[in-house]
Amino acid sequence: MKFSNSLDVIAYCNEHEVPLHTASMDYEIQKTGRSYGYIRDYLRSVLGVMSNAVHLGITDVDNHIKGKIIGNDSVLLKKRYENKKTVCGKTIAIAVSYALSTMEVNASMGKVVASPTAGSCGVLPAVLITMKERFDLNEDQLIEGLLAANMVGSVVARNATISGAEGGCQAEVGTASAMASAAVVHMMGGTPEQAFNAAAMCFKNLLGLVCDPIAGLVESPCAKRNGMGAANALMCAEMALSGIASIIPFDEVVEAMYRIGKTMPPSLRETSMGGLATTKTGIQINTELFK
Amino acid sequence: MNDYSIFDIIGPIMIGPSSSHTAGACRIGYTAQNIIKLPITEVEFVLYGSFAKTYKGHGTDIALLGGFLGLKPDDERLVDAFKIAENRGLKYSFVTSEDDIDHPNTVKIIAHTNRLEKWEIIGVSIGGGKMIIRSINGIEVQYTGDYNTLVTHHRDSSGMLARIATILSESRINIAFMKLYREEKGLKAIGIIETDEDIEQQVIDELLRLNGMLYVNVIGKIYE
Repeated sequence: MKFSNSLDVIAYCNEHEVPLHTASMDYEIQKTGRSYGYIRDYLRSVLGVMSNAVHLGITDVDNHIKGKIIGNDSVLLKKRYENKKTVCGKTIAIAVSYALSTMEVNASMGKVVASPTAGSCGVLPAVLITMKERFDLNEDQLIEGLLAANMVGSVVARNATISGAEGGCQAEVGTASAMASAAVVHMMGGTPEQAFNAAAMCFKNLLGLVCDPIAGLVESPCAKRNGMGAANALMCAEMALSGIASIIPFDEVVEAMYRIGKTMPPSLRETSMGGLATTKTGIQINTELFK
Repeated sequence: MNDYSIFDIIGPIMIGPSSSHTAGACRIGYTAQNIIKLPITEVEFVLYGSFAKTYKGHGTDIALLGGFLGLKPDDERLVDAFKIAENRGLKYSFVTSEDDIDHPNTVKIIAHTNRLEKWEIIGVSIGGGKMIIRSINGIEVQYTGDYNTLVTHHRDSSGMLARIATILSESRINIAFMKLYREEKGLKAIGIIETDEDIEQQVIDELLRLNGMLYVNVIGKIYE
């Protein structure tokens, strides 16, 4: 079994009449030599860490959980959607608050799951836990979602990059958003084609996104971009489930993402030498922190 | 990038905030103390490149020291690394260097053992929480921690490798990769032997009985 791209994955699912999560599990067993039980147990602990991080930040009313720049935003957002009529609907608002929460936990040296990276660790937990609560999903369904997400991330890592230093934020939050979107489609009973369509649309919306962290920290604008990645994932999943297809197929979108990443100047790839990092305020924050 | 598994794509589970500056740094520290094994009384971390510039913001110092105290990247006790070191009586310091280096995330660990030996280990954090040990006491190596690993320090002499391999094969240990590095012909050499199976104490004892074997230790694999 060799999955070079999404077409290979979809062909495997169709040929063997198996769902996307089974293809992902079969592939990982072959690749890592680990057993079905070992991988399941690992994913169970992943869900535990994700669930913790999602709830730690939003319940931290005393603002202990914070980084050098960010903190407490998830609490503010929660307060609003619990008391006011939301602008963008409660589901999106909740998902964004969970992404912010996880990123606040990450910035405070708390425990997270780099999925695919620490800089984009808020997206997948935010989307999964929001879906869990909204549709009362059980652990098995969430693990199937994780496995579907893995298939997307695996193809991106193989054919492009998941590192901000190589491909900018589109490679990190872009990949995380695509992974989360595929998970949603899969958990809602969508086909493998629909899952990859959702992932393709996610990427297309984020192509060109640069990595320009203020003061070199995994905090700002990272946390809010994770929120955006979660909202984007839900939106694209909704479109894919309705039958909307991506005009450009997933594998070509990934190729475009990689090409765009390579043509990005180094100043916009995690070096903090450009973008928001070199704005007046960005420089000021950096100077104050590291004087 | 091609050999990424589910443990990399949906993982690692780690203490934030950065896979390269925190988790990778922790793994370098963890591996270094595992290479040395002997009780350490004093350690100095020399930070280069991006490590030198941003270590405070990413908790690289905490992660390196925590790893050096034997904590793994997902251990919540990492944040207390300074306190744990003080409790154990380990003296530590961090120094930044402006010297040019190949990789931006490089650290040199200089450790003194209770037998007054000095060790120098250079590691680089290559992204996604992965790391490579580049040098052990001036001898260039490429050690990644992906397998159970036997590190042998021995005198460079003919047949040494064959005798090591024989002992391993008699214990039914399969060698995945094997590399030999030496300071100079006839002087000290380091063997790095990565294996599929666990290596038991009895095998280590047998290796230590070989004529010309100076020191042997085992590093359990550090990845999932």
